[in-house]
Amino acid sequence: MSLIARHLEENGIPTVVIGAARDIVEHCGVARFVFVDFPLGAPCGEPWNVAQQREIFAQALHLLETATGPRTTVAPPYTWSKGNDWKRLVFTEEQPWQDPDTKAKWLSRKDEYRRLKADGKL
Amino acid sequence: MDHVRYIDRTREDYLRQGYEKSYQWAHFEDVPFAPLKKPLRECRIGLLGTSEVAVHFDPEKGEVNPIDEQDFRGVYPIPAATPTEKLYSRTLSFDRNATHLDDVGAFFPIDRLREAVADGRIGSMPMRVYGAYNNYSQRKVMSQEAPKALACAREDGLDAVVLVPV
Repeated sequence: MSLIARHLEENGIPTVVIGAARDIVEHCGVARFVFVDFPLGAPCGEPWNVAQQREIFAQALHLLETATGPRTTVAPPYTWSKGNDWKRLVFTEEQPWQDPDTKAKWLSRKDEYRRLKADGKL
Repeated sequence: MDHVRYIDRTREDYLRQGYEKSYQWAHFEDVPFAPLKKPLRECRIGLLGTSEVAVHFDPEKGEVNPIDEQDFRGVYPIPAATPTEKLYSRTLSFDRNATHLDDVGAFFPIDRLREAVADGRIGSMPMRVYGAYNNYSQRKVMSQEAPKALACAREDGLDAVVLVPV
């Protein structure tokens, strides 16, 4: 996603990224970034918390107007309502990223991708 | 509590799974920057997300899938008029232990974009919004997806784009 943002910027189209993986986005480097310190899957606010989602989106629009140079990150100070345990657990041995069911789905998609590629459809 | 270092965590995860090399995340020293050329209230703002957004449709009611499945592995358009309740995510790349994908607003802010138009905060939104597949290959993103996203943004007359990686 950051690569797409960079390509748009290089060609004169301003972008703002709303994301939850700060290190990945900043490692790549983008023009404007609203970093929301929430689990992957909820970068725009907690599910069903429309008021919070509005605030986050408003920050993204504001950043489009106000940023004066690249690598401008804003980090609104939200805390995930169920606490911060997810930060300790994500991608750890204690809590694998994929449960067996998800892993099976993921492998099946990977196979399908290879098949489409072999058929010249990708 | 400080933010999660996903690059380190996924590296360790790869090694635990027995892979010899971990994923090489893209890295650049220089970052391009395009200033906004006119006031936001006059801008047409686009939306692109990697949450693999799809559309519920019922073939028995004569509904067809508005997304071309051939495009689903790259950058693909979704009609912006699609009712939000028909949108859902097919992504597997989210923290299922911490959250869920039942509310599209948490990862694909199409309702927020519509509100911004209604409030006069932005000028307009295009007739289509975009999904992008979570592509593993940076070469493919650079050679195919990024140029397609740019072509779409130009066709739609976008003045700026909100991008949401899941």
